[in-house]
Amino acid sequence: MSSTQSPHPSTMRSQSSSLSPAAQGTATPRQRFPLIRLLQAPSVLILLAWMIVPLAMTIYFSVNRYNLLSPDQTGFVGLENYQFLIEDPAFWPSIGNTALLIGSVLAISVIGGTLLAVLFDQPFRGRTIARLLVIGPFFVMPTVAALIWKNMIMHPVYGMLAFVMRHLGLEPIDWLADYPMLSVIIIVAWQWIPFAFLILLTALQSLDTDQKEAAQLDGAGPVRIFFYIVLPHLKRAITVVIMIETIFLLSVFAEIFTTTAGGPGTATTNLTYLVYALGLQQFDIGLASAGGIVAVVLANVVSFFLVRMLARNLKGVNEK
Amino acid sequence: MNDNKKSAWWVAVLGWACAILLFFPIFWVAITAFKTEQQAYTPTLFFMPTLETFSEVFQRSHYLGYVQNSIIVSVGSTLVCLLLAVPAAYSMAFFPTRRTQKVLLWMLSTKMMPAVGVLIPIYLLAKNSGMLDTVTGLTLIYTLINLPIAVWMAFTYFNDVPREILEAARIDGANAWQEMIYLLLPTSLPGLASTALLLIILSWNEAFWSLNLSSVNAAPLTVFIASYSNPEGLFWAKLSAASLLAIAPIMALGWLAQKQLVRGLTFGAVK
Repeated sequence: MSSTQSPHPSTMRSQSSSLSPAAQGTATPRQRFPLIRLLQAPSVLILLAWMIVPLAMTIYFSVNRYNLLSPDQTGFVGLENYQFLIEDPAFWPSIGNTALLIGSVLAISVIGGTLLAVLFDQPFRGRTIARLLVIGPFFVMPTVAALIWKNMIMHPVYGMLAFVMRHLGLEPIDWLADYPMLSVIIIVAWQWIPFAFLILLTALQSLDTDQKEAAQLDGAGPVRIFFYIVLPHLKRAITVVIMIETIFLLSVFAEIFTTTAGGPGTATTNLTYLVYALGLQQFDIGLASAGGIVAVVLANVVSFFLVRMLARNLKGVNEK
Repeated sequence: MNDNKKSAWWVAVLGWACAILLFFPIFWVAITAFKTEQQAYTPTLFFMPTLETFSEVFQRSHYLGYVQNSIIVSVGSTLVCLLLAVPAAYSMAFFPTRRTQKVLLWMLSTKMMPAVGVLIPIYLLAKNSGMLDTVTGLTLIYTLINLPIAVWMAFTYFNDVPREILEAARIDGANAWQEMIYLLLPTSLPGLASTALLLIILSWNEAFWSLNLSSVNAAPLTVFIASYSNPEGLFWAKLSAASLLAIAPIMALGWLAQKQLVRGLTFGAVK
């Protein structure tokens, strides 16, 4: 962050500010406005409380026996809840389902989003309108998305898919009964393809056309251009999409709640739904809290990488 | 390839085919909303459009109550968020310390905590404090989950304010308040507006906390629509009419703000 790289070398820069180019016009911000930093205090304190208090409570509950149905039996039990959780017949399926859901939706939305972004990077008639249609599903609330698909698209008798299949002379499929996890994946992916598309298209539009033209002059075909120019350019945006989607997909709930309620059996129970079922349906606060902690640990692994990348990013912005 | 040249015809066909395919479920809801319940089960595009279903939805299900909850919760939490975030972002962007970057990243990291990790304590706290199924409780939760995004987004917009303008103002002897009111507010207002828009969209569509913390009194549209998941909810025309009204306004806002959304959703990593 040396000031020699600044496009405005004549400006006085305060050494302490490594972050904000806007602030560097202020000669001595500290002496002029010492109290102005207190403006951060409410946000910081509120978020600190929001982060620490509930999390501490979850940890506390997770090492205690606490069931709302038998409130007299309480007390410290160590890691017993975690042991029960791991032995719970729904636990490993829920981890598997969480991984399957996240992995499939990521693959579908990143690959689909990239292809769509490349397609919509070409000029064609009505592109602006078509783009609005593509990003539309992202703004549909999860419960509406789930019910549209469950009732009107995937319904084995009256659903649109059944209608199409009958016309093709095929036997209609009872999607949510026969392929429950696939159905949930389709519904969630439908909501997240537009997200990946929107981000990747934005990133793609910042690609220098000169580079592509130079490659074309050198005789590179569209496939080679895609793999050697477009894809490397999108690398960072794809990483951002993957990480942000992972965080949200870990908490998929409404789509499962309104379509399959985690079933049949445990076929569509993910970690989030399992914690909900243990805590708010079976009222086993201790066991559910242990599940919550497992989810927190999983999310932390992901966010560690995301925050590190964003930190690099902040520095990158400053060095320009 | 020249950018001004139109692409091959198949690009347009493929692009439109993808768009229509992805949009079809929404289109189908919009069509079905104007059918009667009997027509709703037949996949036809040719029918007499009727507003009958809409009036039924309004009459039967206290629909406007849910709409009201959705509006109060999303607008309310957005306002509180901005009230907290704008001063914080202002001080971070213009009066940073060595710690500012760490504070920002830490704020963001609170967003990465999965909701389910704190579901149990929040549910119990809400229950014991009488906040369960109240609009206040939901507004509070939405404020907390959106605050990091609000601070982060406002910060990136403040950071984009060209500092030459600020310097010029200082040379002309403007004080901090004048600077804020005459320079910062007008230059960053579009950014703050899109921050508000993103927050409204996120809280309008939020469906984890609303499903878990509200049932009757405070239920927003997300929860109301979920009530159609029981067998009785096989009234497609009503489901469609209610859904269309719930998603149309927010989709319009989203379409208007699509460019700014990218920045907010990626925390400024992709602009």
